[in-house]
Amino acid sequence: MIRFQNIHKSYQVAGQDVPALNGIDFEISAGEVFGIIGHSGAGKSTLVRLINLLERPSQGQVLIDGRDITALSDAGLRDLRRGIGMIFQHFNLLSSKTVAENVAFPLKLAGVSDKATIAARVAALLARVGLTEHADKYPAQLSGGQKQRVGVARALATEPAILLCDEATSALDPQTTRSVLRLLAEINRELGLTIVIITHEMDVVRTVCDRVAVLDSGQVVELGPVADVFLHPRHATTRRFVLEAEHVDEGEQVDDYAHVPGRVVRLTFKGESTYAPVLGAVARETGVDFSILTGRIDRIKDTPYGQLTVTFTGGNVDTALAHLAARDITVEVLRA
Amino acid sequence: MNELFVNIDWAEIWTATLDTLAMLGGSLLFTIMLGLPLGVLLFLTARRQLLEQPAVFSVLSFVANVVRSVPFVILIILMIPVTVLITGTSLGVAGAIPTLVVGATPFFARLVETALREVDRGIIEATQAMGASTRQIVLHALLPEALPGIVAAITVTAITLVSYTAMSGVIGGGGLGDLAIRYGYQRYQTDVMVVTVVLLVVLVQGLQMLGDRMVAHFSRK
Repeated sequence: MIRFQNIHKSYQVAGQDVPALNGIDFEISAGEVFGIIGHSGAGKSTLVRLINLLERPSQGQVLIDGRDITALSDAGLRDLRRGIGMIFQHFNLLSSKTVAENVAFPLKLAGVSDKATIAARVAALLARVGLTEHADKYPAQLSGGQKQRVGVARALATEPAILLCDEATSALDPQTTRSVLRLLAEINRELGLTIVIITHEMDVVRTVCDRVAVLDSGQVVELGPVADVFLHPRHATTRRFVLEAEHVDEGEQVDDYAHVPGRVVRLTFKGESTYAPVLGAVARETGVDFSILTGRIDRIKDTPYGQLTVTFTGGNVDTALAHLAARDITVEVLRA
Repeated sequence: MNELFVNIDWAEIWTATLDTLAMLGGSLLFTIMLGLPLGVLLFLTARRQLLEQPAVFSVLSFVANVVRSVPFVILIILMIPVTVLITGTSLGVAGAIPTLVVGATPFFARLVETALREVDRGIIEATQAMGASTRQIVLHALLPEALPGIVAAITVTAITLVSYTAMSGVIGGGGLGDLAIRYGYQRYQTDVMVVTVVLLVVLVQGLQMLGDRMVAHFSRK
């Protein structure tokens, strides 16, 4: 539904063209939660702003539901923007308006003048984000998490089909981040909203996103379902994000288990097999011994997964690996 | 007491005080009416702002600076023909107001521009993202968000106008400044000088306190 077509974007800085985006070409489907991850300066802020044309591409087109939005008139653009909600890292609430007035603001701008309609809509939105009792407070009286909830309620006021999240959790502590992400996931499920999230945190992507694009120096270097990209990163930038998420230093990871005997392999479990007693069964069948060197068992959105680095000794290791592969476990030999 | 203030004609002081207040009120009203849109325009047409217009901005900015760099006493003299054209006289309260407005408007507009620049760009962006027109952004986001700053700007401008009204006394503008110069300076009646200055101090203090209270009232940060 959102299609970037050969997008290039550069900024004029001191008379020179500085490229920000370089040949962006992909599609975001209706109803999915799509993550765009990249380090600062990768161009993700620019990319997300192309969707509501806060930034215009220097070249290329942005299609929403098949319509080229770069060709819209001013009025058409304002109309389009009313159908796209946006939340921000620093919330960007109006400090002079109460929580309820902030949520009502997009409705007023859209020309809704019936007070009862606005009041009912605001009450419903505040109930959804759990801020009913804070309706008459000013943003300065709220915590960061509460402010972002106001931001979400405000973004949903005009019943948009798309919600853009610009580093929406980067200014929040981990616990608040989780609660805001839960809220986003809930909105996606219940309202069928398409959500585009830009972030530099792999945890955010892993918690809520269906698919992810990894952005590096203005280019998409990897794109796919989160589990695929996260468990089998191919590009160096993606690998770095994965390591960061696992709180592993790149230097540490290079550990080649020189002092460990046997054949070192990485096993990736996904979905049902994560909780099945596979490793023990295979060991019994083939007479190998195994020792787990590192491991992690977690969830990517709703899919459980496990990734273990294991060394096998004794017995028939080749058969053991074949048995594992036959049970839908991805086997990567790190050291033969 | 009476010997100390032997030259004081309280009725005249009262009239002068009313004249000063009339000049202040009248000129402040017109200064806000002209300076607020001018300040908004300066803000909007500046580089990287909503209606970026380098040519318009340069002209406005240049004119504002020229007027602000003319000493007010000189401006009073330069403005005499214009004032006569507008009000029919260059004397008294009516004769003083056009000059006061011309002198204070660029000053106030610059303060408004600064207050608008203080508004977080993110708020403008968020409002834009909601599909607001430039007009809506100015009326519903920028001005309400900058209100405390604008009230502070009005306070500073009002106080500047008080000292301007005193100066316009030089050419017969009336008011407390006029009294201070004619009696206190030209006739060596120090007591008149003291009383008028005290009244001006009271007026300025009052304005500042009122302004500070209003700023506090409108601040939500």
